Amino acid sequence: MLETIRFKVNSRPVRLEVDGGRTLLWVLRTDLGITGPKYGCGEGLCGACTVLADNEAVLSCQKTIKEVDGSEITTIEGLAQNGKLHPLQEAFIEHAGFQCGYCTPGMIIRAYSLLMENLNLSREDIIDGMDENLCRCGAHTRIVTAIETASRRMKGGVK
Amino acid sequence: MISSSKMNRRQFLKRLGVLGGGIIIGFNTFDRHAWARMQRTGFLGAGIPTDYNAFLRIGADNRVVLYTGKIEMGQGTMTSLPQLLAEELYVNVDAVDIVMGDTDLCPWDAGTFGSLSIRHFGIFLREAAVEARGVLQELAADRLKIPGGRLTAENGYMFDRSKPARRISYGELTEGHIIEKHLKDLPPLKSPSGFETIGKSIPRRDAIEKVTGAAEFSGDIRREGMLYAKILRPPAHGAKLIKADTAEAKKIDGLQIVEEGDFIAVLHKYPDVAEQGLSQINTQFDRLKTGVNDRTIFDHLMKSTPAPEIASQAGNLKTGEKQAATIIEKTYLNSYVSHAPMEPHAAVADFNGKKLTVWASTQTPFRVKDMIADRLGLSADSVRVITPYLGGAFGGKSASQQALEAARLAKSLKKPVQVAWSRAEEFFFDTFRPAAIVKIKSGLDSAGKMTLWDYNVYYAGMRGCEQFYEIPHHKEAVHGRWRGLSGGYHPFAVGPWRAPANNTNTYARDLQLNLMAAKTGADPLQFRLVHLKDKRMISVLQAAAEKFNWQPIKTPSGRGYGIACGIDAGTYVAFMAEVEVDKGSGSVAVKRVVCAQDMGVVVNPDGAATQMEGCITMGLGYALSEEVRFSDGALLDLNFDTYSIPTFSWLPTIETVILENPNLAPQGGGEPAIIGMGGVIATAIYDAVGAAVLQLPMTPERVKAALQKV
Repeated sequence: MLETIRFKVNSRPVRLEVDGGRTLLWVLRTDLGITGPKYGCGEGLCGACTVLADNEAVLSCQKTIKEVDGSEITTIEGLAQNGKLHPLQEAFIEHAGFQCGYCTPGMIIRAYSLLMENLNLSREDIIDGMDENLCRCGAHTRIVTAIETASRRMKGGVK
Repeated sequence: MISSSKMNRRQFLKRLGVLGGGIIIGFNTFDRHAWARMQRTGFLGAGIPTDYNAFLRIGADNRVVLYTGKIEMGQGTMTSLPQLLAEELYVNVDAVDIVMGDTDLCPWDAGTFGSLSIRHFGIFLREAAVEARGVLQELAADRLKIPGGRLTAENGYMFDRSKPARRISYGELTEGHIIEKHLKDLPPLKSPSGFETIGKSIPRRDAIEKVTGAAEFSGDIRREGMLYAKILRPPAHGAKLIKADTAEAKKIDGLQIVEEGDFIAVLHKYPDVAEQGLSQINTQFDRLKTGVNDRTIFDHLMKSTPAPEIASQAGNLKTGEKQAATIIEKTYLNSYVSHAPMEPHAAVADFNGKKLTVWASTQTPFRVKDMIADRLGLSADSVRVITPYLGGAFGGKSASQQALEAARLAKSLKKPVQVAWSRAEEFFFDTFRPAAIVKIKSGLDSAGKMTLWDYNVYYAGMRGCEQFYEIPHHKEAVHGRWRGLSGGYHPFAVGPWRAPANNTNTYARDLQLNLMAAKTGADPLQFRLVHLKDKRMISVLQAAAEKFNWQPIKTPSGRGYGIACGIDAGTYVAFMAEVEVDKGSGSVAVKRVVCAQDMGVVVNPDGAATQMEGCITMGLGYALSEEVRFSDGALLDLNFDTYSIPTFSWLPTIETVILENPNLAPQGGGEPAIIGMGGVIATAIYDAVGAAVLQLPMTPERVKAALQKV
């Protein structure tokens, strides 16, 4: 059944006439053409589809579009502001915190949500917070280092 | 020219296979350059064009485009290949753009596998650049009206040495056109001492796209009017479709159904609705009852084994056995392992009535192009395969059935179609690393020297089993490889998995070596060194030992230190690791891994280190947890809930060392550092608790079972 769903994606208001039971991931990727969030497992097991809903990391393959009605969604595409990369993106580049890049949007968004909560995370906290995001290439050590670097800079006031 | 026609290339490869060495008789279209190259580089080089224009084009703006049939799957050759070109062409690496894996634009290529992109294709690329530079020098001499000998090249310009202001850019000379001129003889490649760009850790080219979500993978391709297809799959391998009732699915608005025999696809403009449509089809399948599952597979495989090939041998096994004071005989097993790249197979196909364009997640775009043309009755010229970024592959994206499925649907519906596999399909159709068995009988004399090594490996393959220790009587026999076995052995497809066969062979060899060292009371490192003459192997072992701070002691020592070493893709690699074993639960925590490798010239040191770290991390999985469970052709692991791959919390401290060896051409980088992960953890577990775990993965249950035998 079609419903009217209104939400913001990357600060842009969106209004959709859509079956409210459809998944957020596919609405983003298909209806809205926002392909940063990736399909990896379809069952909330890998984190490749992670986006922010009202600044909280959610698995978009596990959310219906109705559940995010009225929310503010941020995907990897919305992280850079006015053409300036977010410190996390900068740090992922600097430390080569990726290889194939498929898990990267979910990794960065998950890391963003962790740092939003707390900029004083230890390496162990970061490892713990990232543990449900899967990477098959084995970029893990560099991802952790990148998050540490970004966290340090953000504490220093870099946005 | 050898590469000019598909038939010729196939005939050529076939003949090579028949003659087994490269003497070709009565070959009528003879290409001198291709022949010379093949003599140097083996058959994979034979199909690659020899005209340097196929590899590069210089625009009027003085930017250079590099064309390669290789693809980028995370391994980083998008960044390192331009370094090779820039070095020999004398241009700034930032002035080089790269086009990869597009069959209409790029020179033919067998595919991206075997750690061959730098060590093999890299040679052709450098030679193309050297020849192009030589021709540019001749063109510049003409234009500037000075002798060619007075010219020197730098940063995309040809200069008059005595008057640097007298110069001309490459772009002015070529204006983006193909250069018709060729050199009679190829000038020499740069010597390593003159390298400026090679050897630099240039940052990855794909970085900005990958951290902003702009990087396009095959599933991100959008075409006007594109439909997403979901295809009906059997519940098990070998199952036959008896009937399918699509009546319910047909009620879904906008759903299209294609039924061609047992190929049933549902298509919709939204993939999730297509998926829902698929679930509405009522099916009945006839399934095979084979009794073969992940526990019975080894008996099944050993019932009848393929004829052996001999990888290496010397002396006489009987003599070696007579000379031995101690004999150790062990059987090692490893289960099927999945590639499980984060990006499942995806493809988009668009047919305009004449040309079929396919964007595909594949390691072998040219092979996929030929396959699609062949299967759909199209001429090879009318199929173009474009390869966007791959979200990992590890050997698993070679068969590329999804590309054919998309192409078939796009051609019959005359609409763009995307086929993107679900995670379950990805597991189901994976070409697994084969289950394998290794039997080793080895002997030591009373002085602690090895006299015998009788090695038989079943189903894994040859790579990595050739003997490199000094053992007077040895034989390495390979019974069936991951490639080339016809049906009846494995219950599903198997294929190359990162460093195919080498993980299996190195695991078995290193654990066996430590069991022997234990018999003599020798330190495992010393035990290896006294049986080695190969300087490269000795130096990687010593480098690893130094970094690890290995103190000699007999094993099991209780420290939990492991050791492994081997050769892969021309690279020598040694591993040391420290583990903790929980005797109660049998679980193993890897605390630290040191890996030292000699890969010859290193093109991009940070890129090479990244690959080593990736290998080590990925290798924890096949060592400790990864195995595909199945029963009667049905897979029991279809997602990451039960198929467990390494995560952040598994992370050991990883330290990598790359040895300097500038006089050796670049060797493989994407695979070697994974080969010892089974062996180094197995020997570390043995060192910790004296338990020899004879099956991969070394799950807590298997560690506990091995502990009971101590």
